[in-house]
Order: sequence, then C-alpha cells, then structure tokens
Amino acid sequence: MRHFLDFEKPIADLEGKIEELRHLTGSDELNIDEEVEKLQIKMERQLRATYQKLTAWQKVQVARHPDRPHANAVIDHLIDDFNPLAGDRGFAEDLAMVGGIGRFRGRSVVVIGTEKGATTADRVKRNFGMARPEGYRKARRLMEMADRFKLPILTFVDTAGAYPGVDAEARGQAEAIAKAIETCLNVRVPLIASIIGEGGSGGAVAIAAGNRVLMFEHAVYSVISPEGCASILWRSAEFAKDAAEALKITAQDLQKLGVIDRIVPEPVGGAHRDRTTALDALGDAISEELGALASTEGGQLRAERRDKFLEMGAA
Amino acid sequence: MNWLTNAVLPKIQALVGREMPDNLWHKCPACGQMIFHADLATNHRVCSECDHHMRLPPMERLKLLFDGGLVEPIELGKPAIDPLKFRDRKRYSDRLREAQSKTGRNDAIVVAHGTIEGNAAVVAAFDFDFMGGSMGSSVGEGLVRAAKLAETQDAALIIVPSSGGARMQEGILSLMQMPRTVAAVERFKETGRPFVVLLTDPTTGGVTASFAMLGDLHISEPGAIIGFAGQRVIQETIREQLPEGFQKAEYLLEHGMVDAVVHRHKLKQTLGGLLGLLMDPEPKADVVKLDPASETPASKPVEANASAPMSSADRVEQNEASKKSKA
Repeated sequence: MRHFLDFEKPIADLEGKIEELRHLTGSDELNIDEEVEKLQIKMERQLRATYQKLTAWQKVQVARHPDRPHANAVIDHLIDDFNPLAGDRGFAEDLAMVGGIGRFRGRSVVVIGTEKGATTADRVKRNFGMARPEGYRKARRLMEMADRFKLPILTFVDTAGAYPGVDAEARGQAEAIAKAIETCLNVRVPLIASIIGEGGSGGAVAIAAGNRVLMFEHAVYSVISPEGCASILWRSAEFAKDAAEALKITAQDLQKLGVIDRIVPEPVGGAHRDRTTALDALGDAISEELGALASTEGGQLRAERRDKFLEMGAA
Repeated sequence: MNWLTNAVLPKIQALVGREMPDNLWHKCPACGQMIFHADLATNHRVCSECDHHMRLPPMERLKLLFDGGLVEPIELGKPAIDPLKFRDRKRYSDRLREAQSKTGRNDAIVVAHGTIEGNAAVVAAFDFDFMGGSMGSSVGEGLVRAAKLAETQDAALIIVPSSGGARMQEGILSLMQMPRTVAAVERFKETGRPFVVLLTDPTTGGVTASFAMLGDLHISEPGAIIGFAGQRVIQETIREQLPEGFQKAEYLLEHGMVDAVVHRHKLKQTLGGLLGLLMDPEPKADVVKLDPASETPASKPVEANASAPMSSADRVEQNEASKKSKA
C-alpha cells in the first residue's frame, strides 16, 4: 500500500478508482480499459500539476516521505563494491551515520551519509537519522582517510538534525559538529554533498560544506525545522507552514541565494514514486560535478572551497 | 503624583544636570541579593554575595580585558540586511531596527584591538542584548574581519560568544555562517597565532557548533550555559529531568570541553598569562645565565622572573621592557 501525503488526496482517490476498476471483471471489459486509461491520464495530469507547484511546507512532507530513498538506498544504487566502515575509534559506532568505501562509476570514493532507516525497527536502530557526536567523529575519520588516499568524498544528507540528548551533549555534540565542518573545509580532495531529503541545521552542514552542494528538486535544507521556528517566533508549532515559507528552504530558493550549486530533477510525483529514475539523475549529476573537479589540484580544491564559504552572506 | 513626576522631577534633573537612573538597585538573579548599581559596575557585574556572573555588555567586556581599559573598536561597515525579507509576527527589518536603537550598534558584535597584559590582541565580543546575540551574516562578517585584522596585526584572536545560536530570520544564510566562521578561524590559525574562545553565558546552537569549539584554548566564565541543543528541546525529546548543572561551564570542564573555568576578576590576568606563554615563548631578554662561581646577590631580574604570581602591572612592564629590548 502506497503512503499518500495529505495534499495528495485527489491523486489517491483517482488511484483508488483505477485499482477498483482493474479488479472488476465483466462482459464490457473494453469499456473498463478505456475508463482506466482515461483515469490514468487524469491522475498523471493531476500529479504533474500538484508537484509542479509544491509549496515549501508540501516539500517538507515530500522530503520526509517514509518511502523516499534514504542514504542507504542511494548507496545501494550508485556505489559498487561498497564496504561499510564503522566506528569513531573513540567511543562507539553510530548507525545514524553510515559510511564506507566503494566505487562510483568505476572510481574509488569515500561515502558518508545520515540514514533515517527503512523499517520501523531500522529507524529505531538508527535513531531516526539523528547522529550523536560519535557519528560526526566517524564522518571526520572517514574524511581524513579519503584525504590520505586522495579519494573523492560523496556525502548524502538526510536528517532532521543532530540528536538533542543529554548523552550527546555530555560527549560534546557541538565540538563534534564543529570539527566535522572544519574537516570538510580542510580536505584536499573533491567533496560533493547531496541533500537528498531533509537537510536539518548543524547536523546537516556538518557533512555538507563541500566544493559542490547538490540538492534534489523536492528536498529541503534549513537552519531550523519549520515547526521549531514556528514555536519560537510564532509561539506555536501550528504556524509551521508560514515558517516553511518564510525560511526559504526549497532547492529553488537556495539556488537563488547561492547556497547550493545544482538542483537534481525528480521524476513526476517525487523520488519515492520512481527511485531508479531519481537516483540515476543524482548519479549523473554527481558524475558531471566530479568530472569538472577532476583536474583541480588538492590545495586549489581546498582554497576554492574555503573561499566559497568565506563569501556566504558577505556584504 | 503626576505633579511630582511631571513638574518636580525634570526640574531636579535640570538642576543636577543628568538623568536620574531608574534602577539604583539591581537584584541578583541567582541569590536575590539587592546590589547598588555602582557596586555592581565596579565588581564587573559579579554578585558580591554569591559570585554569580551576570552577563557583561560587550564594551564593558572589552574594557575589562584590554590594558588600561583602552578599547579601540573597528568600523564594521554596513548594518545587517534582510536577505529573505523575513516576516513572522513581525518583520525582521523592524526587529533589526529595534535592536539597533536599543543597543546603539549595527549588529550583535563588537570588534576591537589593543593589548592584553602587553600582548597584542583582537577581541570580538557578542552583544546578547542584540537579538540574543544571534549569528547572522553581519555577525559572521564581523568575525571574518576580526580574524583578518588579527592576522595583519600579528595579534592573538579572542572571540567572546554570548549567543543563542544562528539567527533564524536569515534562514539558510545564518546556517552558512557556521562553515564561514570555521573557515575564518582556520585561516587565522594557520598563521601560528593563538585563537582563544572565551565562553560566556550563553554559548549555544550554531555558534557553539562552529568557531566556538575550535579554539586553541577554551576559557569559560563560571556558571555559563554552553551547549548545542537548547534545554527545552532536549527535555521534550527525552522526557526526563535534566541532570544537575547540565550544560554549565563546570559540567563542560568535567566533560573535557573547556580548558579552564576562570572567575571574571582573574580573567585578564589568566588570559594575558596564557597569551604571553604562547606568543612570547623565548626566555626574557633580562634572564642572564650566570656563572655559578660568580653568583652575586645582584641577580634581581632573575628573581623577579622566578617569583611565581606576579602582579599584572609588573607583567605588563616586563613585557614592554622585553619588547623594547627586542626592538
């Protein structure tokens, strides 16, 4: 059973009708086929129309869709010979932060991503994609390894944010994030970050300060969740919709602001309706960006990345 | 009463020639002690009763740190802008204007240069009264400028955060100040000069999770709240009572995140001492290696150096003396 979002109700209704008709068997089968086809066209038109003008708040829901391809799905699709690597070498393995080495279109790369989990059990195990300090320290360790072996780094961001818990604070969540950002900025290899779903605040930028930042068409990236912003500035989380608009969190807005470099198109109805097409497009985009950086020397990659972030918001 | 306030008071004020302060007494938020405002000022806003460290406005902070209380702020240029045309229940541009007229500055940061116990330093101090000291593009700009100035002046860089975190009215651009300020302090650190973070109440959110945790040294004031996530958010997530003293400076010291918790009255001396050790590592010029055979009681400079706790005035003199001798 497909999971429909609130604003997809007309689409869900049409799809329900089509299903019903398909199960009908009778003498006038021809008419049914015709009817199904008509409804199908209508539904697709509706889907296209809806997804063409998603509001910021609707995009938040799409970005958080449970069927959306998460980091592990992206890795499965894009990375061959993937070897997951575990641990921060200090305290623990954090399953909210996945990482390892593998081949992307033939070339060795280091991959890092925040993983929300695919099933309920998996989600719990992965703390719903909210990493703790050891997750950021693991990311840092892998980035340093990539630097040592001159391997490009691909990161896939999909998190509501870093975990806000007593244990995380006790072990230095802020320091772990700060050091992860520092390492992103210091490596002498290409770092390509892709915001694939939710880019939640410091927990996202910790692995996203890259030479190139790509973003799926319906992904969101924000300094604070719309709910959090609404409860502070509007004094009620009910204004999340307004906050989502005001914060300018969509890929389209962020490209205008110069914060992201490239939007990766999603198939009609979002990445969760056709993972293969979505992930192929992501792979092509990463491949192009990586190709463009291939001949740049390490020190130059680092200098360009640093200069780019030093200019963010400059007068 | 109206007659009193409307007619008599202005006349008295005209006679005295200045505004009468409304609040002559200040209540300590920790122990409730009433403190006379002049006493509070001379005590650098530390409660004389319970030692609670109240927030210190940036200019007072700079006066406290720089030698002779001499503060030379640099011009930070254009005031903050409103890149998103952000509006919640109020326009961000209105909030900015209010904060500007309340504090008399363009944004939540002051950058100044001078010397601390004789050591050249650039200090960037946050103003919590300006929208909770939140970090947007122009605060980021201030920090980039501070790091650059410290580099060109061959000075130490000291940042004094007092901030709730990123300024959400600037959306993603406030988030981008995290990598931006990290890049700025990293570039500075490559010069080999010290970068010190003086963590004051409160240092939270995106400010802590960027430049503020990347100092060569982390010094904190007692009782300062320092952390990433806000306490309310944590409580809503875990639905448990937070531990005693959670996210206080002493808690961070215990958990290995700060080097030292230092009383405000000893801050300048401690900071100056550390800067001297890092920036002036060579033995002082007046330390003369004496031939043991000819050791005479006239070895005064050596004694002065060896005697452990030196008054700050002595140290300044000495540093100046050694600088002169170097030049």
